[in-house]
Amino acid sequence: MPPVVTDLSYLLPWQFSPTIFILCAVTVTLYVRGIRALGRGADRVGFWRAFTFFLGLALSYAVLQTYIDYLSAHMFWIHRFQHLILHHIGPVLIVLAAPERVLRAGIPAGLRQVRIPAWIRRPMQLVFRFLQHPVVAPILFVGIIFFWLTPSIHFTAMIDTRRYDLMNWGMLADGLLFWWIMLARRQVQGSAAIGYGARLVILALVAIPQLLLGAYITLHSTTLYDVYAICGRAWAISALDDQQIGGLLTWIPAAMMSLVGIITVLYHILHDPAATEVRPRRRLAPAAQPAGGA
Amino acid sequence: MSAVLSPMIRRRWHPAPVLRTAGALVLLGLAACTGNDPHYALKNITGLVQPLEFRLTDQDGRPVTATDYRHDIVLLYFGYTECPDECPTTLAMLANALRTLGAQASQVRVLFVSVDPHRDTTEVLKRYVNNFGPEFVGLRPDQAELTDLSKRYRIAYHYEKPDKYGNYEVDHSSAVFIFDRDGRARLLSLSDNTAQQVASDLRRLLAAS
Repeated sequence: MPPVVTDLSYLLPWQFSPTIFILCAVTVTLYVRGIRALGRGADRVGFWRAFTFFLGLALSYAVLQTYIDYLSAHMFWIHRFQHLILHHIGPVLIVLAAPERVLRAGIPAGLRQVRIPAWIRRPMQLVFRFLQHPVVAPILFVGIIFFWLTPSIHFTAMIDTRRYDLMNWGMLADGLLFWWIMLARRQVQGSAAIGYGARLVILALVAIPQLLLGAYITLHSTTLYDVYAICGRAWAISALDDQQIGGLLTWIPAAMMSLVGIITVLYHILHDPAATEVRPRRRLAPAAQPAGGA
Repeated sequence: MSAVLSPMIRRRWHPAPVLRTAGALVLLGLAACTGNDPHYALKNITGLVQPLEFRLTDQDGRPVTATDYRHDIVLLYFGYTECPDECPTTLAMLANALRTLGAQASQVRVLFVSVDPHRDTTEVLKRYVNNFGPEFVGLRPDQAELTDLSKRYRIAYHYEKPDKYGNYEVDHSSAVFIFDRDGRARLLSLSDNTAQQVASDLRRLLAAS
Protein backbone atom coordinates (compact mmCIF):
# COMPACT_ATOMS: atom_id res chain seq x y z
CA MET A 1 0.00 0.00 0.00
CA PRO A 2 1.22 3.49 -0.71
CA PRO A 3 2.00 5.53 2.36
CA VAL A 4 -0.68 7.67 3.93
CA VAL A 5 -0.10 11.11 5.38
CA THR A 6 -1.19 11.12 8.99
CA ASP A 7 -3.99 13.51 9.85
CA LEU A 8 -2.07 15.81 12.17
CA SER A 9 0.71 16.42 9.67
CA TYR A 10 -1.80 18.25 7.45
CA LEU A 11 -1.62 21.08 9.97
CA LEU A 12 2.16 21.36 9.75
CA PRO A 13 3.79 23.81 7.32
CA TRP A 14 4.78 22.33 3.97
CA GLN A 15 7.65 24.81 3.82
CA PHE A 16 8.17 26.34 7.21
CA SER A 17 8.61 30.11 7.19
CA PRO A 18 10.10 31.53 10.41
CA THR A 19 9.05 35.02 9.26
CA ILE A 20 5.37 34.14 9.01
CA PHE A 21 5.53 32.27 12.30
CA ILE A 22 7.15 35.19 14.16
CA LEU A 23 4.89 37.81 12.56
CA CYS A 24 1.76 35.86 13.49
CA ALA A 25 3.04 35.14 16.99
CA VAL A 26 3.85 38.82 17.58
CA THR A 27 0.45 39.92 16.21
CA VAL A 28 -1.46 37.45 18.37
CA THR A 29 0.57 38.45 21.44
CA LEU A 30 -0.05 42.16 20.84
CA TYR A 31 -3.76 41.58 20.32
CA VAL A 32 -4.18 39.43 23.42
CA ARG A 33 -2.19 41.95 25.47
CA GLY A 34 -4.38 44.68 23.99
CA ILE A 35 -7.58 42.88 25.02
CA ARG A 36 -6.20 42.54 28.55
CA ALA A 37 -5.05 46.17 28.69
CA LEU A 38 -8.39 47.52 27.54
CA GLY A 39 -10.05 45.53 30.30
CA ARG A 40 -13.75 44.98 30.84
CA GLY A 41 -14.88 48.60 31.01
CA ALA A 42 -16.27 50.85 28.27
CA ASP A 43 -13.14 50.23 26.14
CA ARG A 44 -13.43 46.45 26.21
CA VAL A 45 -12.99 44.43 23.04
CA GLY A 46 -16.19 42.67 22.06
CA PHE A 47 -16.24 38.94 21.37
CA TRP A 48 -17.22 39.23 17.71
CA ARG A 49 -14.60 41.89 17.05
CA ALA A 50 -11.85 39.67 18.43
CA PHE A 51 -13.34 36.62 16.70
CA THR A 52 -13.35 38.38 13.30
CA PHE A 53 -9.75 39.45 13.76
CA PHE A 54 -8.50 36.00 14.76
CA LEU A 55 -10.52 34.32 12.00
CA GLY A 56 -8.92 36.55 9.36
CA LEU A 57 -5.47 35.94 10.80
CA ALA A 58 -6.01 32.18 11.19
CA LEU A 59 -7.29 31.80 7.62
CA SER A 60 -4.30 33.70 6.23
CA TYR A 61 -1.92 31.60 8.32
CA ALA A 62 -3.64 28.36 7.31
CA VAL A 63 -3.34 28.92 3.56
CA LEU A 64 0.36 29.80 3.96
CA GLN A 65 1.56 27.36 6.59
CA THR A 66 -0.41 24.14 6.35
CA TYR A 67 -0.88 21.38 3.78
CA ILE A 68 -3.10 23.84 1.84
CA ASP A 69 0.13 25.53 0.77
CA TYR A 70 1.31 22.31 -0.91
CA LEU A 71 -2.07 21.86 -2.61
CA SER A 72 -2.00 25.50 -3.81
CA ALA A 73 1.26 24.91 -5.64
CA HIS A 74 -0.16 21.85 -7.39
CA MET A 75 -3.77 22.66 -8.19
CA PHE A 76 -4.82 25.84 -9.96
CA TRP A 77 -8.19 26.21 -8.26
CA ILE A 78 -6.69 25.76 -4.80
CA HIS A 79 -4.13 28.39 -5.72
CA ARG A 80 -7.04 30.70 -6.59
CA PHE A 81 -8.69 29.82 -3.28
CA GLN A 82 -5.42 30.60 -1.48
CA HIS A 83 -5.30 34.03 -3.11
CA LEU A 84 -8.98 34.64 -2.39
CA ILE A 85 -8.08 34.23 1.30
CA LEU A 86 -4.79 36.17 1.12
CA HIS A 87 -5.95 39.07 -1.01
CA HIS A 88 -9.62 39.33 -0.07
CA ILE A 89 -11.26 37.39 2.76
CA GLY A 90 -8.39 37.32 5.29
CA PRO A 91 -7.51 41.03 5.06
CA VAL A 92 -11.19 42.08 4.92
CA LEU A 93 -11.91 40.21 8.16
CA ILE A 94 -8.82 41.67 9.82
CA VAL A 95 -9.65 45.22 8.71
CA LEU A 96 -13.35 44.90 9.61
CA ALA A 97 -12.29 44.08 13.17
CA ALA A 98 -10.59 47.52 13.27
CA PRO A 99 -7.67 46.11 15.27
CA GLU A 100 -5.55 49.29 15.40
CA ARG A 101 -6.80 50.35 18.84
CA VAL A 102 -6.32 46.89 20.37
CA LEU A 103 -2.91 46.30 18.82
CA ARG A 104 -1.72 49.74 19.98
CA ALA A 105 -2.91 49.02 23.50
CA GLY A 106 -0.94 45.78 23.37
CA ILE A 107 2.40 47.44 22.65
CA PRO A 108 4.56 47.38 25.80
CA ALA A 109 4.72 50.85 27.42
CA GLY A 110 8.52 51.06 26.95
CA LEU A 111 8.28 50.41 23.22
CA ARG A 112 5.48 52.92 22.74
CA GLN A 113 7.84 55.78 23.66
CA VAL A 114 10.32 54.84 20.92
CA ARG A 115 10.42 57.45 18.15
CA ILE A 116 11.14 56.23 14.65
CA PRO A 117 14.12 58.26 13.32
CA ALA A 118 13.38 60.59 10.41
CA TRP A 119 15.62 58.77 7.91
CA ILE A 120 13.41 55.71 8.30
CA ARG A 121 10.12 57.56 8.74
CA ARG A 122 10.46 59.85 5.71
CA PRO A 123 10.96 57.14 3.06
CA MET A 124 8.19 55.11 4.70
CA GLN A 125 5.90 58.15 4.56
CA LEU A 126 6.70 58.57 0.87
CA VAL A 127 6.04 54.93 0.08
CA PHE A 128 2.85 54.86 2.07
CA ARG A 129 1.48 58.07 0.57
CA PHE A 130 2.28 56.69 -2.87
CA LEU A 131 0.43 53.46 -2.12
CA GLN A 132 -2.53 55.26 -0.56
CA HIS A 133 -3.12 57.38 -3.63
CA PRO A 134 -6.71 56.87 -4.92
CA VAL A 135 -5.41 55.97 -8.39
CA VAL A 136 -2.39 53.91 -7.32
CA ALA A 137 -4.14 51.76 -4.68
CA PRO A 138 -6.78 50.22 -6.98
CA ILE A 139 -4.34 49.84 -9.91
CA LEU A 140 -1.95 48.02 -7.61
CA PHE A 141 -4.76 45.86 -6.22
CA VAL A 142 -5.95 44.72 -9.65
CA GLY A 143 -2.51 44.86 -11.29
CA ILE A 144 -0.98 42.39 -8.84
CA ILE A 145 -3.72 39.86 -9.73
CA PHE A 146 -3.17 40.25 -13.48
CA PHE A 147 0.59 40.22 -13.07
CA TRP A 148 0.80 36.85 -11.33
CA LEU A 149 -1.89 35.34 -13.56
CA THR A 150 0.03 36.18 -16.74
CA PRO A 151 0.78 32.60 -17.89
CA SER A 152 4.56 32.99 -18.37
CA ILE A 153 4.93 34.78 -15.02
CA HIS A 154 2.60 32.33 -13.30
CA PHE A 155 4.86 29.52 -14.48
CA THR A 156 7.96 31.06 -12.92
CA ALA A 157 6.11 31.79 -9.67
CA MET A 158 5.06 28.17 -9.32
CA ILE A 159 8.48 26.70 -10.10
CA ASP A 160 10.63 29.14 -8.12
CA THR A 161 10.17 29.05 -4.36
CA ARG A 162 11.37 32.63 -3.89
CA ARG A 163 8.95 34.05 -6.45
CA TYR A 164 6.19 31.89 -5.01
CA ASP A 165 6.83 33.37 -1.57
CA LEU A 166 7.09 36.88 -3.00
CA MET A 167 3.75 36.40 -4.77
CA ASN A 168 1.93 35.21 -1.66
CA TRP A 169 3.52 37.81 0.60
CA GLY A 170 2.67 40.51 -1.89
CA MET A 171 -0.93 39.33 -2.07
CA LEU A 172 -1.40 39.44 1.70
CA ALA A 173 0.43 42.76 2.11
CA ASP A 174 -1.50 44.40 -0.72
CA GLY A 175 -4.77 42.89 0.53
CA LEU A 176 -4.23 44.39 4.00
CA LEU A 177 -3.20 47.73 2.52
CA PHE A 178 -6.02 48.03 0.02
CA TRP A 179 -8.82 46.90 2.32
CA TRP A 180 -7.51 49.08 5.14
CA ILE A 181 -7.52 52.09 2.81
CA MET A 182 -11.02 51.18 1.64
CA LEU A 183 -12.71 50.01 4.83
CA ALA A 184 -11.05 51.62 7.84
CA ARG A 185 -12.84 54.63 9.27
CA ARG A 186 -11.47 57.95 8.06
CA GLN A 187 -10.56 59.23 11.52
CA VAL A 188 -8.18 56.30 11.91
CA GLN A 189 -6.47 56.99 8.58
CA GLY A 190 -5.59 60.66 8.97
CA SER A 191 -5.81 63.57 6.59
CA ALA A 192 -4.78 61.75 3.41
CA ALA A 193 -7.66 59.29 3.72
CA ILE A 194 -9.73 58.78 0.60
CA GLY A 195 -13.29 60.11 0.92
CA TYR A 196 -16.11 57.63 1.35
CA GLY A 197 -17.73 58.57 -1.95
CA ALA A 198 -14.50 57.94 -3.87
CA ARG A 199 -14.17 54.61 -2.08
CA LEU A 200 -17.55 53.49 -3.38
CA VAL A 201 -16.41 54.27 -6.92
CA ILE A 202 -13.07 52.49 -6.46
CA LEU A 203 -14.71 49.39 -4.97
CA ALA A 204 -17.13 49.16 -7.88
CA LEU A 205 -14.36 49.76 -10.44
CA VAL A 206 -11.92 47.14 -9.10
CA ALA A 207 -14.64 44.49 -9.39
CA ILE A 208 -14.89 44.91 -13.18
CA PRO A 209 -11.40 43.76 -14.28
CA GLN A 210 -11.60 40.89 -11.79
CA LEU A 211 -14.93 39.82 -13.27
CA LEU A 212 -13.51 39.98 -16.78
CA LEU A 213 -10.37 38.06 -15.87
CA GLY A 214 -12.35 35.41 -14.01
CA ALA A 215 -14.73 35.01 -16.94
CA TYR A 216 -11.82 34.83 -19.39
CA ILE A 217 -10.14 32.04 -17.40
CA THR A 218 -13.40 30.14 -16.82
CA LEU A 219 -14.55 30.28 -20.43
CA HIS A 220 -11.15 29.69 -22.04
CA SER A 221 -11.31 26.44 -24.01
CA THR A 222 -7.62 25.52 -23.73
CA THR A 223 -5.27 25.24 -20.76
CA LEU A 224 -3.79 28.62 -19.87
CA TYR A 225 -1.48 27.48 -17.07
CA ASP A 226 0.66 24.49 -18.06
CA VAL A 227 2.77 24.41 -14.91
CA TYR A 228 0.32 22.14 -13.07
CA ALA A 229 0.61 19.43 -15.74
CA ILE A 230 4.38 19.86 -15.83
CA CYS A 231 4.97 19.65 -12.08
CA GLY A 232 2.08 17.32 -11.32
CA ARG A 233 -1.37 17.96 -9.87
CA ALA A 234 -2.14 17.21 -6.24
CA TRP A 235 -4.74 14.69 -7.37
CA ALA A 236 -6.27 13.52 -10.62
CA ILE A 237 -8.58 16.14 -12.13
CA SER A 238 -8.84 17.27 -15.73
CA ALA A 239 -6.87 20.41 -16.53
CA LEU A 240 -9.95 22.23 -17.81
CA ASP A 241 -12.06 21.35 -14.76
CA ASP A 242 -9.26 22.69 -12.59
CA GLN A 243 -9.05 25.85 -14.68
CA GLN A 244 -12.81 26.43 -14.69
CA ILE A 245 -13.19 26.10 -10.91
CA GLY A 246 -10.18 28.40 -10.50
CA GLY A 247 -11.71 30.89 -12.93
CA LEU A 248 -15.00 30.88 -11.04
CA LEU A 249 -13.14 31.53 -7.77
CA THR A 250 -11.49 34.53 -9.45
CA TRP A 251 -14.79 35.70 -10.92
CA ILE A 252 -17.68 35.43 -8.43
CA PRO A 253 -16.16 36.00 -4.95
CA ALA A 254 -14.22 39.04 -6.19
CA ALA A 255 -17.45 40.84 -7.02
CA MET A 256 -18.96 39.73 -3.73
CA MET A 257 -16.03 41.17 -1.78
CA SER A 258 -16.49 44.52 -3.52
CA LEU A 259 -20.14 44.35 -2.46
CA VAL A 260 -19.12 43.66 1.15
CA GLY A 261 -16.77 46.64 0.88
CA ILE A 262 -19.49 48.91 -0.50
CA ILE A 263 -21.91 47.93 2.29
CA THR A 264 -19.20 48.64 4.88
CA VAL A 265 -18.48 52.08 3.41
CA LEU A 266 -22.20 52.90 3.28
CA TYR A 267 -22.37 51.94 6.97
CA HIS A 268 -19.49 54.36 7.69
CA ILE A 269 -21.29 57.14 5.79
CA LEU A 270 -24.44 56.62 7.85
CA HIS A 271 -22.71 56.32 11.23
CA ASP A 272 -19.67 58.52 10.93
CA PRO A 273 -20.28 62.19 11.79
CA ALA A 274 -17.12 63.18 9.90
CA ALA A 275 -18.57 61.82 6.69
CA THR A 276 -21.02 64.67 6.33
CA GLU A 277 -18.60 67.47 7.14
CA VAL A 278 -17.87 69.91 4.34
CA ARG A 279 -14.08 69.83 4.44
CA PRO A 280 -13.10 66.70 6.29
CA ARG A 281 -9.63 66.64 4.77
CA ARG A 282 -8.59 69.62 6.89
CA ARG A 283 -9.24 67.73 10.07
CA LEU A 284 -6.32 66.53 12.11
CA ALA A 285 -6.36 62.85 12.84
CA PRO A 286 -7.51 62.39 16.44
CA ALA A 287 -6.33 58.77 16.25
CA ALA A 288 -2.72 60.01 16.28
CA GLN A 289 -3.03 60.43 20.05
CA PRO A 290 -3.52 56.97 21.48
CA ALA A 291 -6.29 56.91 24.03
CA GLY A 292 -5.89 53.47 25.58
CA GLY A 293 -3.31 52.79 28.28
CA ALA A 294 -1.71 49.70 29.75
CA MET B 1 -1.27 49.89 12.08
CA SER B 2 -2.15 53.52 12.39
CA ALA B 3 0.20 53.92 15.35
CA VAL B 4 3.03 53.50 12.87
CA LEU B 5 1.37 55.10 9.91
CA SER B 6 -0.46 58.12 11.25
CA PRO B 7 2.62 60.38 11.32
CA MET B 8 3.21 59.45 7.69
CA ILE B 9 -0.11 60.64 6.41
CA ARG B 10 0.31 64.37 5.95
CA ARG B 11 0.56 65.80 2.48
CA ARG B 12 -1.43 65.05 -0.64
CA TRP B 13 0.04 63.37 -3.66
CA HIS B 14 0.73 64.77 -7.07
CA PRO B 15 -0.23 62.18 -9.66
CA ALA B 16 2.38 62.74 -12.42
CA PRO B 17 5.57 61.48 -10.69
CA VAL B 18 3.52 58.78 -9.02
CA LEU B 19 2.28 57.38 -12.31
CA ARG B 20 5.70 57.68 -13.94
CA THR B 21 7.28 55.64 -11.18
CA ALA B 22 4.48 53.07 -11.31
CA GLY B 23 4.88 52.69 -15.06
CA ALA B 24 8.63 52.24 -14.78
CA LEU B 25 8.21 49.61 -12.04
CA VAL B 26 5.70 47.62 -14.10
CA LEU B 27 8.00 47.61 -17.15
CA LEU B 28 10.95 46.58 -15.00
CA GLY B 29 8.96 43.75 -13.47
CA LEU B 30 7.79 42.49 -16.85
CA ALA B 31 11.31 42.59 -18.24
CA ALA B 32 12.65 40.62 -15.28
CA CYS B 33 9.98 37.96 -15.32
CA THR B 34 9.69 36.81 -18.90
CA GLY B 35 12.95 34.94 -19.15
CA ASN B 36 12.49 32.86 -22.30
CA ASP B 37 15.83 32.32 -23.96
CA PRO B 38 15.59 32.27 -27.76
CA HIS B 39 18.71 30.09 -27.95
CA TYR B 40 17.11 27.03 -26.44
CA ALA B 41 14.20 24.96 -27.73
CA LEU B 42 13.40 23.75 -24.22
CA LYS B 43 12.11 25.93 -21.40
CA ASN B 44 14.91 27.89 -19.76
CA ILE B 45 14.78 27.61 -15.98
CA THR B 46 18.21 29.05 -15.18
CA GLY B 47 18.07 30.77 -11.80
CA LEU B 48 14.52 29.60 -11.10
CA VAL B 49 14.98 26.03 -9.88
CA GLN B 50 17.28 24.97 -7.08
CA PRO B 51 20.64 23.32 -7.89
CA LEU B 52 20.94 19.54 -8.05
CA GLU B 53 21.11 18.09 -4.58
CA PHE B 54 19.96 14.78 -3.18
CA ARG B 55 20.92 11.78 -1.09
CA LEU B 56 19.42 8.59 -2.54
CA THR B 57 20.09 4.90 -3.16
CA ASP B 58 21.10 3.88 -6.67
CA GLN B 59 20.02 0.78 -8.60
CA ASP B 60 22.91 -1.23 -7.14
CA GLY B 61 21.90 -0.38 -3.60
CA ARG B 62 24.71 2.14 -3.06
CA PRO B 63 24.07 5.47 -1.36
CA VAL B 64 24.67 8.31 -3.82
CA THR B 65 24.57 12.10 -3.73
CA ALA B 66 24.36 14.79 -6.41
CA THR B 67 28.13 15.33 -6.29
CA ASP B 68 28.62 11.81 -7.68
CA TYR B 69 27.14 13.11 -10.95
CA ARG B 70 29.01 16.40 -11.19
CA HIS B 71 30.96 16.85 -14.43
CA ASP B 72 28.07 15.25 -16.30
CA ILE B 73 24.97 16.87 -17.69
CA VAL B 74 22.16 15.48 -15.53
CA LEU B 75 18.58 14.86 -16.65
CA LEU B 76 16.33 14.37 -13.63
CA TYR B 77 12.99 12.67 -14.14
CA PHE B 78 10.41 11.43 -11.64
CA GLY B 79 8.32 8.35 -12.45
CA TYR B 80 7.69 4.71 -11.58
CA THR B 81 8.35 1.43 -13.35
CA GLU B 82 4.72 0.34 -13.59
CA CYS B 83 3.77 3.60 -15.27
CA PRO B 84 1.61 2.60 -18.25
CA ASP B 85 2.33 5.40 -20.69
CA GLU B 86 4.06 8.61 -19.71
CA CYS B 87 7.30 7.29 -18.20
CA PRO B 88 8.18 4.80 -20.98
CA THR B 89 7.34 7.43 -23.61
CA THR B 90 9.50 10.07 -21.98
CA LEU B 91 12.41 7.73 -21.28
CA ALA B 92 12.29 6.37 -24.84
CA MET B 93 12.34 9.93 -26.16
CA LEU B 94 15.38 10.70 -23.99
CA ALA B 95 17.11 7.48 -25.16
CA ASN B 96 16.42 8.58 -28.71
CA ALA B 97 17.95 12.00 -28.02
CA LEU B 98 21.06 10.41 -26.49
CA ARG B 99 21.54 8.14 -29.53
CA THR B 100 21.54 11.28 -31.68
CA LEU B 101 24.37 12.67 -29.53
CA GLY B 102 26.66 9.72 -30.32
CA ALA B 103 29.87 9.59 -28.28
CA GLN B 104 28.93 12.75 -26.37
CA ALA B 105 26.13 10.80 -24.68
CA SER B 106 28.68 9.40 -22.22
CA GLN B 107 28.80 12.88 -20.63
CA VAL B 108 25.07 12.78 -19.93
CA ARG B 109 23.27 10.95 -17.11
CA VAL B 110 19.54 10.37 -16.93
CA LEU B 111 18.50 9.96 -13.29
CA PHE B 112 15.16 8.20 -12.99
CA VAL B 113 13.85 8.81 -9.46
CA SER B 114 11.03 6.51 -8.41
CA VAL B 115 7.95 8.13 -6.91
CA ASP B 116 6.78 4.65 -5.94
CA PRO B 117 9.63 3.27 -3.80
CA HIS B 118 7.21 0.81 -2.24
CA ARG B 119 7.04 -1.28 -5.42
CA ASP B 120 10.22 -0.08 -7.13
CA THR B 121 12.99 -1.96 -5.35
CA THR B 122 16.54 -1.37 -6.55
CA GLU B 123 16.44 -4.65 -8.55
CA VAL B 124 13.19 -3.67 -10.26
CA LEU B 125 14.61 -0.23 -11.05
CA LYS B 126 17.84 -1.67 -12.42
CA ARG B 127 16.03 -4.05 -14.78
CA TYR B 128 13.75 -1.22 -15.90
CA VAL B 129 16.33 1.49 -16.67
CA ASN B 130 18.66 -0.99 -18.41
CA ASN B 131 16.03 -1.18 -21.16
CA PHE B 132 16.80 2.39 -22.12
CA GLY B 133 20.58 2.52 -22.19
CA PRO B 134 23.81 2.73 -20.18
CA GLU B 135 23.28 6.46 -19.42
CA PHE B 136 20.14 5.70 -17.41
CA VAL B 137 20.37 5.34 -13.64
CA GLY B 138 17.50 4.28 -11.38
CA LEU B 139 17.40 6.02 -8.00
CA ARG B 140 15.28 4.92 -5.08
CA PRO B 141 14.33 7.38 -2.33
CA ASP B 142 12.78 6.49 0.99
CA GLN B 143 9.53 8.30 1.70
CA ALA B 144 11.23 11.16 3.58
CA GLU B 145 13.78 11.67 0.80
CA LEU B 146 10.96 11.70 -1.75
CA THR B 147 9.12 14.38 0.24
CA ASP B 148 12.31 16.46 0.40
CA LEU B 149 12.79 16.15 -3.36
CA SER B 150 9.19 17.09 -4.07
CA LYS B 151 9.63 20.23 -1.97
CA ARG B 152 12.96 21.07 -3.57
CA TYR B 153 11.78 20.66 -7.15
CA ARG B 154 8.16 21.63 -6.46
CA ILE B 155 6.74 18.48 -7.99
CA ALA B 156 3.66 16.52 -6.93
CA TYR B 157 2.83 12.83 -6.99
CA HIS B 158 -0.35 11.15 -5.92
CA TYR B 159 -1.26 7.50 -5.42
CA GLU B 160 -4.53 6.40 -6.93
CA LYS B 161 -6.79 3.89 -5.14
CA PRO B 162 -5.57 0.29 -5.63
CA ASP B 163 -7.78 -2.06 -7.68
CA LYS B 164 -8.85 -5.49 -6.39
CA TYR B 165 -5.44 -6.95 -7.30
CA GLY B 166 -3.65 -4.25 -5.34
CA ASN B 167 -2.39 -2.49 -8.45
CA TYR B 168 -2.45 1.26 -8.40
CA GLU B 169 -1.38 4.13 -10.59
CA VAL B 170 0.64 7.16 -9.51
CA ASP B 171 0.01 10.65 -10.89
CA HIS B 172 3.26 12.52 -11.12
CA SER B 173 5.13 15.37 -12.76
CA SER B 174 5.89 15.11 -16.47
CA ALA B 175 8.90 17.40 -16.82
CA VAL B 176 12.56 16.48 -17.18
CA PHE B 177 14.83 18.83 -15.23
CA ILE B 178 18.18 19.36 -16.96
CA PHE B 179 21.24 20.43 -14.95
CA ASP B 180 24.62 21.56 -16.27
CA ARG B 181 27.97 20.11 -15.17
CA ASP B 182 28.04 22.39 -12.13
CA GLY B 183 24.68 21.11 -10.96
CA ARG B 184 22.78 24.29 -11.86
CA ALA B 185 19.24 23.87 -13.17
CA ARG B 186 19.18 25.06 -16.79
CA LEU B 187 16.35 23.61 -18.86
CA LEU B 188 13.01 21.89 -18.56
CA SER B 189 11.92 19.36 -21.16
CA LEU B 190 8.14 19.12 -21.45
CA SER B 191 6.02 16.29 -22.80
CA ASP B 192 5.61 17.97 -26.18
CA ASN B 193 9.35 18.41 -26.77
CA THR B 194 10.96 16.12 -29.34
CA ALA B 195 14.16 14.06 -29.15
CA GLN B 196 15.71 16.39 -31.75
CA GLN B 197 15.03 19.44 -29.59
CA VAL B 198 16.44 17.76 -26.50
CA ALA B 199 19.53 16.57 -28.40
CA SER B 200 20.29 19.98 -29.89
CA ASP B 201 19.89 21.72 -26.53
CA LEU B 202 22.07 19.10 -24.82
CA ARG B 203 24.77 19.69 -27.47
CA ARG B 204 24.62 23.38 -26.72
CA LEU B 205 24.93 22.77 -22.98
CA LEU B 206 27.83 20.35 -23.52
CA ALA B 207 29.61 22.88 -25.71
CA ALA B 208 29.06 25.71 -23.25
CA SER B 209 30.66 23.99 -20.28
